[in-house]
Amino acid sequence: MMGVAMVDSGLSTFEALLMGTIVFAGSSQLAAIPLIAVGAPMWVVLATGFCVNLRFVVFSAHLRPYMMHLPLWQRLLTGYLTTDLSYVLFTKRFPKHGGSAAQRHAQQAYLAGNCGVNWTAWVGCTVVGVFLAALIPARWGLGFAGILALLGILASLASSPLRWVSAGIAGTAAVASFALPLKLNILVAIAAAVALCLLLEAIRPPGASTAGEVE
Amino acid sequence: MTPGQTDAWTVVVILALALITVLTRTFFFLSSKPWALPHWAQRGLQYAPIAALSAVIVPEIAMVQGHLVSSWQDARLFAALAGGGWFYWRRGQGQAVLGTIVVGMAVYLPLHLLLRW
Repeated sequence: MMGVAMVDSGLSTFEALLMGTIVFAGSSQLAAIPLIAVGAPMWVVLATGFCVNLRFVVFSAHLRPYMMHLPLWQRLLTGYLTTDLSYVLFTKRFPKHGGSAAQRHAQQAYLAGNCGVNWTAWVGCTVVGVFLAALIPARWGLGFAGILALLGILASLASSPLRWVSAGIAGTAAVASFALPLKLNILVAIAAAVALCLLLEAIRPPGASTAGEVE
Repeated sequence: MTPGQTDAWTVVVILALALITVLTRTFFFLSSKPWALPHWAQRGLQYAPIAALSAVIVPEIAMVQGHLVSSWQDARLFAALAGGGWFYWRRGQGQAVLGTIVVGMAVYLPLHLLLRW
C-alpha cells in the first residue's frame, strides 16, 4: 500500500525504495508525499513530518527507563526501529522496566525481535508495492489508499474529546487557509489547533477528566 | 519535481525525514541527564499529531483544485465515510486501520472507475 501510494504520487522507484527503507514511519511518509508532490518547500514538508511524529516523543519519554543502561548508539538504533506497534506490544508485555541484568536482557531481546520482524515485513511490503505500482495505471487512484490509511491512524489517535477538537480545528483551518502559498495552510492549521486546545485545557475547570489520553 | 524521476531535492527531503524519525523516536534517550519538557510543550504533544494528520487529510478529501467540493458525487467523500464508519463499528479493535483502507477502497474504486466520480 505504501509502495503504491509513493509511486502514484510521482516519486521515482529509487526515491520510493529509499523512503520506504530509511524513513520507516508510515504516517509521516504518507503525510509528506502529497506535499512533496506539489513541490512544497522543504521546511514545510519536514515540519509536517515532525508534527505527525511528535507522538513518538511521548513514547520515548515512557521508554527512557528501559533504555538508559544501553550505550548511546544502541539507544539510537532501538529507538529508531521502535514503531507504534512495537511500542504498544513491548509496554504491554513489560509494564515495568527490568531491575536485574537478566530481565533487561530479556526485554531487549523481545524488543529487538519484535522490531526486526516489523522492519522486515514493512520493507518487504514496500518493495513489493513499489514494483506492483508500475503495473497498475495511476488513473485508478490507488494512491487514495494512503489517505484512508491516515484516516484510520487519525481515528485511532482520537482518544479524548480535546483531540477530536484538535482534529476538527486543524481540518477546518487547513481548508480555510488553503490559498496560502507554500502549503503553509498545513502548519497554520496545526498551530491553530494546538494553541486552541491548550487554551481550552487551561480554562477547563480543575478536576475535569483527562482520562483516555493513553495512545 | 518531475514525476518518476529522481531528483536531488527529493532525496535530501527523504534523508531529512529519516533524521526526523530518529530524532522524535529517541528524543528522551539522547541525553543521559534526566530532564523534562516545559508543561505547555508536554500538553501540546497531546494535540499536535492528530492536528497534523487532519490538516493533511481534510483538504485531500474535501477539496478539488483549491476549492471545497461542490458536488456530493465524489468517490472520496463516500470512501472516507465508509472507512471511518468501519473504524467506529469495530471500535478500533484488531486490524481496524487495515479495515478502514480496505472498506474505503472497496467503496472508492467502483465509484471512481465505473461512475467516474
